[in-house]
Amino acid sequence: MRRVATASAVLGAAVGVFGVSFGVGAVGAGASVAQACVMSLLVFTGASQFSAVSVIGAGGTTAAALAGALVLAARNGAYSLTMGRRLRGGLAKRLIAAQLTIDESTAMAVTQSGPEAQRAAFWITGLSVYVFWNTGTLLGALIGSAVDPRTFGLDAAFPAGFVAMVWPLLRDRRGRIAAALGAGICLVLVPITPIGVPILCASLAILVGVPRERVGT
Amino acid sequence: MSWGLVFALAAGAYGFKLVGFLALGQRQLPAVAERCLALIPAALIAALVVKDTFSAGQHLHLDARVVGVAVATVAVWRRAPFVVVIVIAAAVTALVRAAGG
Repeated sequence: MRRVATASAVLGAAVGVFGVSFGVGAVGAGASVAQACVMSLLVFTGASQFSAVSVIGAGGTTAAALAGALVLAARNGAYSLTMGRRLRGGLAKRLIAAQLTIDESTAMAVTQSGPEAQRAAFWITGLSVYVFWNTGTLLGALIGSAVDPRTFGLDAAFPAGFVAMVWPLLRDRRGRIAAALGAGICLVLVPITPIGVPILCASLAILVGVPRERVGT
Repeated sequence: MSWGLVFALAAGAYGFKLVGFLALGQRQLPAVAERCLALIPAALIAALVVKDTFSAGQHLHLDARVVGVAVATVAVWRRAPFVVVIVIAAAVTALVRAAGG
């Protein structure tokens, strides 16, 4: 369990750096410091927050920002299907667990052996990431009020972070196809559709999952 | 940015997170739905990489970011820690940009 705690702390710190870049980016896109912080406290799912902020920052409508961000948030629903079966406890505990159901906590949990270790890994990682993400957001939002994030190359921190997030998903053959298709759809649609729509349409790539996987692939 | 967006996104995002804990409980979704849902992160995060690397607003746009993200991708491939990846991406992009790229 010490190994999980160490990994959670390191992961949390890394997410904290990402939180800083989110705070900077959010303020750069026109959010107030309070809006950036409330978003991280209540929404607490990085990719959706980055997506919403980047659509608004690029001049997109609130509807487009919301739609794209919600499609990204939908995967947490899939995670909750997994975690809801593994976690124990009363309603209040489950309501809190739901808020902590994100990429990192789920990924850390499902890689542990045994239900006890899985539950512990979920809570430790979820809480660690929550604390770091929100602290980072606050710091970034305060710094971001004073500097242009582009000067420090922080606009590249978003896509670089996404590369690191998507990388483990590419080990799976279908994951690779879905990623390539999603990226392709997005690239083709960027110049010809309103902001936010390309990401929405990229979700069609999940239809790769419709056919049954052949045995031996 | 409006507060409406912040709260609507908060409500929607939490709604998704609750699905498995409350609404569905132990119920199993059809296998085809599970297979498709499992691919959401790969499809959408890859699309975000492309959007944030190659576009500015509604235009395709190549600048210093491309170099920064390319070097960061090599770092990811070489199993560099997340923090290192982020710092490399930002530093390379800033340097290329400062050099006029």
